Amino acid sequence: MTQLDDAVLLEKEDRAGPLRAALSSQTAGPLAALVLAVVIFSATTDSFLNAGNLSLIAQQSVVVGTLALGQTLVILTAGIDLSNGAIMVLASVVIGNLATDGNVFGALLAGLAVCLVLGLLNGVLVAQFSLPPFIVTLGVLSVLTAAARLYTDSQSYPIDSAFLTALNGGPTVGGVTITYGVLLWIGLTAILGYALTQTAWGVRVYAVGDNPRAAALTGIKVKRVLLSVYLTAAVVYAFAAWQALGRTPTADPSGYSTANLDSITAVVIGGTSLFGGRGGVVGTLIGALIVTVLANGLTQAGIDSLYQQVATGILVVIAVAVDHFVRTRQTR
Amino acid sequence: MTTDVVLQARGLTKHYGHVVALDNCDFDLRAGEILAVIGDNGAGKSTLIKALTGAVVPDAGEIRLRGEPVTFRSALDARRAGIETVYQELGVAPALDITQNLYLGREQRRKGILGTVFRKLDKPAMRRGSARQMADLGIRVQSIRQKVDTLSGGQRQAVAVARVAAWATSVVIMDEPTAALGVRETNQVLRLIERVRENGLPVVLISHNMPNVFEVADRIHIHRLGRRIAVVEPGRTTMEEAVAVMTGAKQPEDLA
Amino acid sequence: MKVTRVAAAGLAAGIFLSATACGSDDGGSSSGGGSDSGDVTIGIVELNLSNPFFGTLQKATESAATAKGWKTMKAEAKVPGDSATQVTAIENMIANKVKAIVLDPANPTALNPVVKKARDQGILVITVNATLTPIEGADATFATDNTAAGKLIGQWAKASAPAKPRIAMLDFDLSDGPAGGRHNGFLEGYGIKDGDPSIAGSALTKGTIETGQSAMENLLSAHPDINVVYTINEPVARGANTALKNKGLADKATVVSVDGACSGVQDVKDGIIGATAMQFPSKMGQLAVDAISKYLADGTKPTAGLNDSGTTLITDKPVDGLESQTSDWGLQNCWGEK
Repeated sequence: MTQLDDAVLLEKEDRAGPLRAALSSQTAGPLAALVLAVVIFSATTDSFLNAGNLSLIAQQSVVVGTLALGQTLVILTAGIDLSNGAIMVLASVVIGNLATDGNVFGALLAGLAVCLVLGLLNGVLVAQFSLPPFIVTLGVLSVLTAAARLYTDSQSYPIDSAFLTALNGGPTVGGVTITYGVLLWIGLTAILGYALTQTAWGVRVYAVGDNPRAAALTGIKVKRVLLSVYLTAAVVYAFAAWQALGRTPTADPSGYSTANLDSITAVVIGGTSLFGGRGGVVGTLIGALIVTVLANGLTQAGIDSLYQQVATGILVVIAVAVDHFVRTRQTR
Repeated sequence: MTTDVVLQARGLTKHYGHVVALDNCDFDLRAGEILAVIGDNGAGKSTLIKALTGAVVPDAGEIRLRGEPVTFRSALDARRAGIETVYQELGVAPALDITQNLYLGREQRRKGILGTVFRKLDKPAMRRGSARQMADLGIRVQSIRQKVDTLSGGQRQAVAVARVAAWATSVVIMDEPTAALGVRETNQVLRLIERVRENGLPVVLISHNMPNVFEVADRIHIHRLGRRIAVVEPGRTTMEEAVAVMTGAKQPEDLA
Repeated sequence: MKVTRVAAAGLAAGIFLSATACGSDDGGSSSGGGSDSGDVTIGIVELNLSNPFFGTLQKATESAATAKGWKTMKAEAKVPGDSATQVTAIENMIANKVKAIVLDPANPTALNPVVKKARDQGILVITVNATLTPIEGADATFATDNTAAGKLIGQWAKASAPAKPRIAMLDFDLSDGPAGGRHNGFLEGYGIKDGDPSIAGSALTKGTIETGQSAMENLLSAHPDINVVYTINEPVARGANTALKNKGLADKATVVSVDGACSGVQDVKDGIIGATAMQFPSKMGQLAVDAISKYLADGTKPTAGLNDSGTTLITDKPVDGLESQTSDWGLQNCWGEK
């Protein structure tokens, strides 16, 4: 190695901008799939490609999409969160119930508190007691599903507060509403993307998911990183609960029963590895959009909705296969 | 100066129940040398290394760093004192790139408000730093932006060594660094160890591989039954003799 | 590593399960069996109790049995379609020598072998809410005739429909017996067939508010002229209404549904749903227990096949020639939380 090589190498590095980072190979695949789906539906249906429908797709993506952002953090640490939908539902029914007294702001804070307590519970069990996240969150899911029913007596709460449903509103540009919920979703993606790629915390989250032993050997406090991930995810779930109330103005304990799996689907299709250490929130945002575009486009094309599930399932398998291929090729 | 002792231990003792892992053990590492530590399985050499890196607190004995007595209660204490270790299992995160691995746990932030409030990493500075470090050690890679999992096993271990050499200010300890590698890659890592020494850091090399040890070591610490029973020099002692002493087939006094 | 692999495998399975196994809001069933005197225990096997319909059915069956001085063994599927849990439960009930089993089958065929085993032991098996295939697999069935329910709202929709109907069909997985029955019944009542040009489009829901909303939004995006909306159940109708409201079309479209849950009847009263066909889960449970009682007393088996527990059209806009009740009547007779 000479100084010349060194100089060449540095020059090459300096040309790499943030744009290239955002469009790294990990998001290129999902992005291509999204573009392909949009092109196909635009060509085959009259109603797909218009601003109103595209705005609708974004609105339909926000709840699962927001949950999936938190899920991404957990999966990056080689964990999984099966309880995120149930945490969101419990938070939303708590908000719905408390809001009947009129103190909507307090109700929303209570919802955040519910999420944080449950995130702390998951985090402590996973980080401090080193229990497998799959089992921990499966147990929490089961408890919470029952808890939401017991708390509400299987009732749902209509939401009429303008504040709690505010995320469904938003500025109208050229006849198309861009809801605050969609803006919040994009904003959360940007913030988490920044935290993951531009801060030491992010590097450590990846390192802990990738090789926890190596991370510990370098002095990283693995347990603290894991706990921070579950707590950050919990805050994101609280936003998801708010999103859900905005989109469907009813706090329903039976709602969103598959949101946990849907969020994992979005994460996986978005190119994040279930084995941890690889992926990111931009991919997840794209993944969530892909799932919605398939449902929306196939419905409009008049194709039996069961094929939506077939298409989604195929994409999941492709995404997992690509991830497996990438990892085995590189760790040969 | 070359005979100055950087890291010294006297009378280290460690019991695990009735088992004596370290029995009044001495240790000396001189500035600018590669000191190999050899010993049969169960001779207690890993306990010695753990005591020197803070992973184990000895029951008795004293450790001195550049003449100053030190007490390591944890691996972090040893690291703060400038002692860094490369482990047998590859201590790298394969999904991260070379720069991220070199700076893992020691990331640099931007100056000013970007760093203090927004916690933004100073990626250009870290890239420059890691490029310099790789160049200093003569490690060839296509780009420091490469993910470690695109590297060969030897290159990965080289990254682990570069990491440790970058942060060690006193001593580099390598615990079986070539055990998982092929012949060619082993040679790369041996050259790297020599390079670390040339750049001014003394190296402790724990290895079972006698030809490797005799190829690069300046002195060899032979460990048996929880203590140092001999220190030999490769030029004056043969491999067979060293192995005989190590296994107890020959007494150290009988060495030429 | 092992755990993550298991997690990944479980996940893949789970994602596909979630794609296929979703709950409709239609009913459950129960069955009972028995022979002579002494302590009588009957088994009650329900679907997932997260659905208030099944909860109502279970409670009605249980209280009817308790009123007769019987003991009950209860079990329920964990998720829609979870017949495995039901099979295990029935095996346990056979081992405990129950006299009768009231079963709400999660699957029309998966439970046939274990039901046969129970009947071979002299246990009376009555299905409620849903049927086995063939229906003779059980001694008798007390259930809503979902085709008849669908027909009622189909006829009402036809009579109330605008001149140029554009129909949206918000379905649940049509392989589900009740869902298929309602769908076909609606079309029959409306006098059309699948593929009729007046059907603007159809979409699959999971029988919940939010999936109903998304499905309606997607259909409206392609067909903003939709003015008749068939929904598989009342939560879906609620979601469809939100979608219509968001587009300012709530007044232009008529929503019909099936269930008669109190929340759904309230939606009829509030004008969110035009008409709904009410079913009677309590009656199913009561009828099942009465049949068991008769069998235990003198060995008379109930009439084999489907015994309709009845459906009533609930609407505040009655049409000529179609019998209906008002939402006020409905609120007196509905099931679930008010």
